Amino acid sequence: MSVETERADGQRGFVGNFLYGVGEPVLFVWETLTGIFRTGAQASFYILRGRINWREVMSQCHEIGNRSIIFITFTLGFLGMILVFQSGFQAQKITGDLQLLGALFLQILLREFGPTITALMIATRVGTGIAAEIGSMVVTEQVDAMRMNAAPPIQYLVVPRFIASTVMMVVLVIFAVAVCYVAGLFTGIYAFNLNPLTFVNLTFISWADVLICLTKALVYGMAIPIVASYTGLATHGGSAGVGWATTQSVVNCSLTVVILDFILSGLSYVLLTFVQ
Amino acid sequence: MINPLRRLFHVIGEQFMSLAFDVGGICLMTWRIFVALSPPRLDGPETWKNLYNVGVKSFPIVVVTAIFTGAIMVLQAGLYVKQYGADGLLGWGAGFSVLREVGPIMIGLMFSGRVGANNTAELGTMKVTEQIDALRALAINPLHYLVLPRFLAMILMLFLLVVIGDLTALVGGAVTSQYLLGVDTELFYWSLVTYIHLEDFTSGLAKAAAFGFAIGVISCHFGMTVSGGAVGVGRAVNNSVVASAIAIFVLDYFITFVIQ
Repeated sequence: MSVETERADGQRGFVGNFLYGVGEPVLFVWETLTGIFRTGAQASFYILRGRINWREVMSQCHEIGNRSIIFITFTLGFLGMILVFQSGFQAQKITGDLQLLGALFLQILLREFGPTITALMIATRVGTGIAAEIGSMVVTEQVDAMRMNAAPPIQYLVVPRFIASTVMMVVLVIFAVAVCYVAGLFTGIYAFNLNPLTFVNLTFISWADVLICLTKALVYGMAIPIVASYTGLATHGGSAGVGWATTQSVVNCSLTVVILDFILSGLSYVLLTFVQ
Repeated sequence: MINPLRRLFHVIGEQFMSLAFDVGGICLMTWRIFVALSPPRLDGPETWKNLYNVGVKSFPIVVVTAIFTGAIMVLQAGLYVKQYGADGLLGWGAGFSVLREVGPIMIGLMFSGRVGANNTAELGTMKVTEQIDALRALAINPLHYLVLPRFLAMILMLFLLVVIGDLTALVGGAVTSQYLLGVDTELFYWSLVTYIHLEDFTSGLAKAAAFGFAIGVISCHFGMTVSGGAVGVGRAVNNSVVASAIAIFVLDYFITFVIQ
């Protein structure tokens, strides 16, 4: 017995439209999630089996790491200036005391903004790059050619990007925190006439903060290439498909970063309250 | 024979030329849009279609991002609040950072990823498949027909999406503070209403409109100047998203500087 979801003229009726509207997004999200986990599992399988093309890993490190440096310097430098400006003005208005500005700025930078904003920037730059590259290989049937030559695309395309991104994300986050802090320091000196020695105050920073920063960087670095590669491999349909995959990749990667950030912040909240 | 010094100059010059091309192209696109806007001649159906595509279709992503952003800010502020036992300041801390800074930036980045990238890909595909030339051959100005509706839709819709995003972020924050931190929702609400001023909200909205402007101009420029097939479209989307992210942070800094 079939539920009547189609009218005689081939159009969906009201019930059909409703079911379609609810079901399609759910199915799409489910398919994307399982696809991402499958890609991740396959990538870990090939890494555990060894046989990694280190030359390709190095060239991906160059592509992901070195070529993002100017972009990261620009965005995170401005972020440092924005954060110090915004918090400095508020502190001036409410307490008039700017002694703790530098210490709190570094702490919130390590815990939250440093790794997360860097990861969002890498998600836009590298996420689109990976999806566009793999997507155009799929569309021009290069990936099928690899499969025909018994060269699994996951091993040759995803694994080098995964390793490179994991390593370079940690490096980039350390670099980004340094850039952001220096930009904030100069803002503090020139906009609020702070003494550099008051601003550079490390008393609030504990090892837990550094650990949170590096853990976040590592997790984002592992997640972004997997999500972007899955989106690239799922490309179909000519040059319009490549555009679609690149767009989808930015959205998927950024959402992944935001959701992981929520989970990791929750865990670090539990950890820090437990330590205190 | 490749002289290394010559190669170095070649690389530097090439990078500089492509940067100059994009900066000039973005300025030119802004100028052309303003010229085309006086007087505005809009294609009605195309504008409605774009308002739907840009605004309504981004709604789920913006809501999800905003809920998580609010929750994250409450968690970060919660660490300080718990340390000093000042539960009443939680709403202020989370609300202030969400409304002024983090909300517009996160929603702007998400919007540039979904709408800006999509726009570049769409215009780029039309350029590569010579549909834009076909429009010109039919005596339809692509600037009026394709660019203007998208540009206006992005400014208007990012503004409205940030209004909705701010609200959902605060709701997400209130739920997190109730269930994860054990701070009562009523206290959260009281703290929000007492300490947050209207300027906090409006400065976020000013940023949203500026981000919409930048994303619109940048994504249209990169879309209209694509060359080189499917690979070119991918590269253009990548450049467009990177340029939009830089524009968001630079504009945010200057708006923060001016509004204070």
